[in-house]
Amino acid sequence: MEEESDTRKINNSFLRDHNYATEADIISTVEFNSSGELLATGDKGGRVVVFQREQEVENANNSQRRGEYNVYSTFQSHEPEFDYLKSLEIEEKINKIKWLPQQNAAYFLLSTNDKTVKLWKISERDKRPEGYNLKDEDGRIRDPSTITSLRVPVLQPMDLMVEATARRVFSNAHTYHINSISVNSDHQTYISTDDLQVNLWNLEITNRSFNIVDIKPANMEELTEVITSAEFHPQQCHTFAYSSSKGSIRLCDMRQAALCDRHCKYFEEPEDPSTRSFFSEIISSISDVKFSHNGRYLMTRDYLTVKVWDLQMENKPLETYQVHDYLRGKLCSLYENDCIFDKFECVWNGSDSVIMTGSYNNFFRMFDRNTKRDVTLEASRENSKPRAILKPRKVCIGGKRRKDEISVDSLDFSKKILHTTWHPHENIIAVAATNNLYIFQDKVN
Amino acid sequence: MFAKGTKRKFSDPGEEPALGAELGPVVRPLSSTYSLQRQSLLDMSLIKLQLCHMLVEPNLCRSVLIANTVRQIQEEMTQDGTWQIMTQALAAAQCPADRLVATEVLCRPSEALAAAQKEEEEEEVVVAAAMEEDVDSEANPLSSSSFLPAPFGAEPGWEDEEDDSEDEDSEECPSDAEDVPDSRRGDQVFGTFEIKHPAPPPDPALEELFSDVDPSYYDLDTVLTGMQSTPKMGPYDLLDSLSPHAAPALSTGTSCRSDLNELDHIMEIIS
Repeated sequence: MEEESDTRKINNSFLRDHNYATEADIISTVEFNSSGELLATGDKGGRVVVFQREQEVENANNSQRRGEYNVYSTFQSHEPEFDYLKSLEIEEKINKIKWLPQQNAAYFLLSTNDKTVKLWKISERDKRPEGYNLKDEDGRIRDPSTITSLRVPVLQPMDLMVEATARRVFSNAHTYHINSISVNSDHQTYISTDDLQVNLWNLEITNRSFNIVDIKPANMEELTEVITSAEFHPQQCHTFAYSSSKGSIRLCDMRQAALCDRHCKYFEEPEDPSTRSFFSEIISSISDVKFSHNGRYLMTRDYLTVKVWDLQMENKPLETYQVHDYLRGKLCSLYENDCIFDKFECVWNGSDSVIMTGSYNNFFRMFDRNTKRDVTLEASRENSKPRAILKPRKVCIGGKRRKDEISVDSLDFSKKILHTTWHPHENIIAVAATNNLYIFQDKVN
Repeated sequence: MFAKGTKRKFSDPGEEPALGAELGPVVRPLSSTYSLQRQSLLDMSLIKLQLCHMLVEPNLCRSVLIANTVRQIQEEMTQDGTWQIMTQALAAAQCPADRLVATEVLCRPSEALAAAQKEEEEEEVVVAAAMEEDVDSEANPLSSSSFLPAPFGAEPGWEDEEDDSEDEDSEECPSDAEDVPDSRRGDQVFGTFEIKHPAPPPDPALEELFSDVDPSYYDLDTVLTGMQSTPKMGPYDLLDSLSPHAAPALSTGTSCRSDLNELDHIMEIIS
């Protein structure tokens, strides 16, 4: 980041008005579109809320005011379903949203729950035809005998209406829960990934997909590893990577074979025997994998660290950043309360110089890859007023606690920041803290 | 970070939780603290696997990670020889081989409906039977496997709520983690954790469990099983064809209903 080490961010938050957190409001994914103009959030209740950045205006001081994000469209993307064959509910929670690159005036995004991917079109309507010949103003068909003249409808301006329509509903092709989707750089295909399979879809075809990775063993009793996330390379349309629960990443080339079971590259760091414990495997499970924008690096998030890998070097990561190493001594408790299975995401900034990921107690961390400095910030209502500058936070590990520090035992593990996203070009970030969305910007001037 | 090769002492409340950072394979002390903690972790893991039966399909990643942890513990215990001691003690205590199903959880999505539902019910019955027996068999001196002593409460780093779960763990342990045939012990964990339907005697508690289950749900099962061969029928078509059963009623299948009743039952017994 070009700012100082204690980078401050201005808080521009969208806090739902409830004093209590209804479970349906828990935000489950956030994503900027490719221009950064739109920000989409999905929640546990199956809703998608899209925010749009208002046009930047120059105020009286002749300095630009940064555009703020306002609600643009809200729609119900997925409904709860019931799988009768298995007697199981299918949650409507939106697991991932991915925007398609913009090709015309309308916006397109893919949203998915555990089983079904849908393509939504969000379009504006600010004109409507008036003066139909055969219909009344309220839409009723006129009696033909009363029509004596011909008139052609004219488009009249109306209040802006944003409507979302489901253009494609891709049929259920996954036996297990979809954990990620990724749009290809060819803008024609995308992949959807569940625990054991990766399927390749064409955006136009909803009733057929191709299975390109399948790690299901012949005997399910031998299952020891699952796929946790997959992503297409940002430039090479034939390359994708997928991460596993054992801490490895495989890079595959679709030109090699129809079924990409044999990887091109295999990234794994050998385990450090001095830190081995019963939880070693669990904390090595990768919860998110992201290519850098320039396509040269991969970033992975496991429970305690973020690692940056050079695609040319498979045997160890280029950089490792400790997110919350003070939790290493608490792994047993975190296993008991299931927090050890939390899946944190990680994200690059536009220039690939800074990476960000979430933690507990509504903390999130940023690491500057160039200066090697890092900062912990907090997304909370109490500690930051809108437009206030965030103060860096610090967790004290043992011994004496300084005034502003918080001790490990006081951390609130129910307040976890799993989902964050960074504007593709500017230093604007969106952070989801349970049912609240925080949008932070760089300090202006 | 913890120093390499630190020997674990018997009663050393000043150290961090033993399971948080273990020693390498070179030094493996068998202090009671360590083995008790390991046992507790095993119990906790098995409970987690068992409680995966919920209305929503269990998270496969989580199940696999827990199952791998269980396997790791089991392998270590096998090397130590403690596994054999425990299984022998448990084998002596109980006649039918009540076994936990970890496979069941993992295989569930891919199994046929009828088999899955039936096995689920059987497993619930097994657990219930095991719980019944467990209450009876408390008088039995089960040595190494059972009950975690008070020192756990004094361990720093273990949070307070763990005391409760440890009590639960200890009661569940005899019925959960054992494997009778020695030959399979060293092999796949899942091979050992297989379901075996013990055909329990009619138990008034179990009768009560299932008494409030509408027998028409079993018809539903048959219908759904039959439906497997006609894949063209979508879920909403199915709903229409089963008009006597209102949609809300369908939202909890037989197995799920019995799961919830089962959980209540277990909690009653434990508390």
